[in-house]
Amino acid sequence: MKVELRDITKTFGSVAANDHISLNVDAGTIHGLLGENGAGKSTLMKILSGFFSANSGTTVLNDRPVQYHTPLEALAHGIGMLHQDPLDFPPLSVLDNFMLGERGFIQPRVSARRKLLDTARHLHFKLEPDSLVSTLTPGERQQLEIARLLARGAEVLILDEPTTGISQPQKVQLFATLKHLAGEGKTIIFVTHKLEDVEELCQRVTVLRHGKVVGEVARPFSAQALVRMMFGQALPRVAHPVFYFDETRLRVRDLAVADRRLRLDGVSFDVRAGEVLGFAGLEGSGQRLVLRACGGLLRALHGAIELGGLNLVGRHYRNFLQCGIAYLPAERLGEGLVSGLDLSEHFELARRSRDIVIDWSRARSLSEAKIQEYNIRGRPDSSVEDLSGGNQQRALLALLPVNLKLLLLEQPTRGLDIESASWVWAQLMARRSQGTAIIFISADLDEVLTYADNIIVFSGGHISAPVPARETSVEEIGNLMAGKQFAAN
Amino acid sequence: MASTSIAPQLSRPLNRLALATLPIILALLVTLIIIVLVGAPPLAVLQRMVEGAFGDDVRRADVIAAWVPLTLCSVGLLLTFTAGLWNIGIEGQIVLGAIGATWVVRTFPSLPAPLLLPLVLLGAALFGAAWGWLAGVLKVYGNVHEIFGGLGLNFVAIGLTNYLIFGPWSQPGRATVSGTEPYPPNAWLPTLEPLRVSPAAVALSLVVLLIVYFSLRGTTWGLQLKAIGHNIRSAFLLGIHTQRNMLLAFALCGACAGLAGAVQTTVTYHRLIPAISSGYGYLAILVALLSAFRAVWVAPIAFVFAALSLGSRPLQIELNLDSSLGGVIQGVLVLMVVIVQGFRKRVR
Repeated sequence: MKVELRDITKTFGSVAANDHISLNVDAGTIHGLLGENGAGKSTLMKILSGFFSANSGTTVLNDRPVQYHTPLEALAHGIGMLHQDPLDFPPLSVLDNFMLGERGFIQPRVSARRKLLDTARHLHFKLEPDSLVSTLTPGERQQLEIARLLARGAEVLILDEPTTGISQPQKVQLFATLKHLAGEGKTIIFVTHKLEDVEELCQRVTVLRHGKVVGEVARPFSAQALVRMMFGQALPRVAHPVFYFDETRLRVRDLAVADRRLRLDGVSFDVRAGEVLGFAGLEGSGQRLVLRACGGLLRALHGAIELGGLNLVGRHYRNFLQCGIAYLPAERLGEGLVSGLDLSEHFELARRSRDIVIDWSRARSLSEAKIQEYNIRGRPDSSVEDLSGGNQQRALLALLPVNLKLLLLEQPTRGLDIESASWVWAQLMARRSQGTAIIFISADLDEVLTYADNIIVFSGGHISAPVPARETSVEEIGNLMAGKQFAAN
Repeated sequence: MASTSIAPQLSRPLNRLALATLPIILALLVTLIIIVLVGAPPLAVLQRMVEGAFGDDVRRADVIAAWVPLTLCSVGLLLTFTAGLWNIGIEGQIVLGAIGATWVVRTFPSLPAPLLLPLVLLGAALFGAAWGWLAGVLKVYGNVHEIFGGLGLNFVAIGLTNYLIFGPWSQPGRATVSGTEPYPPNAWLPTLEPLRVSPAAVALSLVVLLIVYFSLRGTTWGLQLKAIGHNIRSAFLLGIHTQRNMLLAFALCGACAGLAGAVQTTVTYHRLIPAISSGYGYLAILVALLSAFRAVWVAPIAFVFAALSLGSRPLQIELNLDSSLGGVIQGVLVLMVVIVQGFRKRVR
């Protein structure tokens, strides 16, 4: 089936997740949809699969404009989607999951079982109808969902980041299945932020950035060109003086960190006092794991995180705080600020004083001073959720203790306008000149190249050696991010 | 400029007033419909209820006597609610308080009252605190949601009471549902004879109310609890001891409930009986919800609830209505408040 999306716009509040996006996918092809997290890929595909309704724009299937508002109706039109996090029912059996969504009050299990086994055989899947979904591997759950969608008549399969969290053999099998299905005339739309997936599988690829289409290319792909489309052109850089102290502030040695999806081993690097170290990499390449481990928010499996000769691995988060380490999360209201509390209450909490009784008039004047110093548009009794993103970030910076040894930041300027962003960096640079070491993660390569002294690139569970920012280029970093030219490190 | 700044100030109190009275009007309306549907004369019902609660000195004193344990429990719940915790286990914490009180009385039966009564209160508070702390441990270390943990502990507490009443603490020669042997008079909190209200108990609940009010408003600990209740992740990143504070909130709420249990045994029943909590724990959850978790509102709301509970008692005898009407009104009132709040959130 031929799929056309014309001029799709979808806004959430004031944010345009999809901004006049058009996309054409021919029948029988595997089409990649590439972009960083937050580029608008998933939103676009959720519109195509009936999960969201677009604010404006048309969906055209086989040259016929169609309208639908639920995933059920979309599937009736032949469009099925595999979501990033499987939307199945782990306590139910494979057969139950396969039958879910089937119309009709009475459902004959015998014929459904036959249908499941037939579909699975055709796709070379081994699915045992009576085992519980909770005992399946992520790859097998994907297979079940693919079988279910195909049995329900899907002609278009949308896969949202399907290679995250499955094993290499399962990935090989998945790709073989998808190629087989495309050969049968099915249309496959493959959503990913991984260049290697695109190179292996897709015939064409559309790149999204900030909710807009930035380009569409056919095989053969140039990894460099794709990275440049994903992250934008490098602006002419302002050379900033590199200056940091000789004292090594943080020593990370042979660190191992892991979450459900990814494991990194043998991570070693140094940060000197006053140094700004940027972590670059496609989102989900492990940079957040390492940063969280350095901040005491994720327990390292083994290795050493040394600050002033003290190994902090295995210590409680509060020990990290006491050593002068602070962590600024990307989700300002999720992990940084407390919705429902006002600014004075935040400043009072952040003082971490031992006073039993709060002197509210002093707290208010302290918070007024901070509001002035950090130029926050708000009052001491303003609830933090009423502040704009830029002012929330100012408040978070104002909450940090004055003499920090190490400051860790996730996406320090995400969602901020240019003025707020440059103000944030002015603050951070002032701190580094006082000797605070800074490590930050950013999805914005320009930001990394502009503000970092050294850059470590994360790719697929490996890290590069530190690259001096002054001597590198978007191309070099892009190649490292794409997993090319990785040294033995 | 001036007019735009004054207008919200004028409309805000009006809005607040409307939001506060709307649920009450709605609740009265629904109650009226129910009364009409069961075929009772609404005015007579109202009159009997007012008489039942405030008709004479004894009745007025009974309302105050019921207000005491209800207020103690509601005040305790302010702590757990502020920390974002649903301490359903408060019923069991009252029961454990009563068990603790009875244990102290049985252990030191001949101590003089001025020594014995403070010990009884202390024992009750400690037993209640331990039971509350247990719900907290299940939540913090066992990952058991406090509603399920609390419900389970409530059943265990009731089972424990029944075991004690029919087993080790049964009256000599006969084990009955009427409870353990009565306390000796030196373990009775003095009341204003012939009324059933104890001035000491009223003073105790007022003191606890003031302490909690001040703790939540003016102390670092109260602010930390509030931060935990609003966003535990952010609170943790700000360096607050989230687990320790949650356990403390559970234990202190349990202590308040335990004191309520002590009042139930030393003022009202003078023994341990199977239904020693009188359901004040669950009722206190409604009081705390209705107060929007603000200490200043707890005392008046608990008073209205105590009056509703006692006022509906004569209905059974005089109008042949079930005395659960008071409970219906209380429940409808809370539902209406919650609905109006939910509606306001949707509009915003």
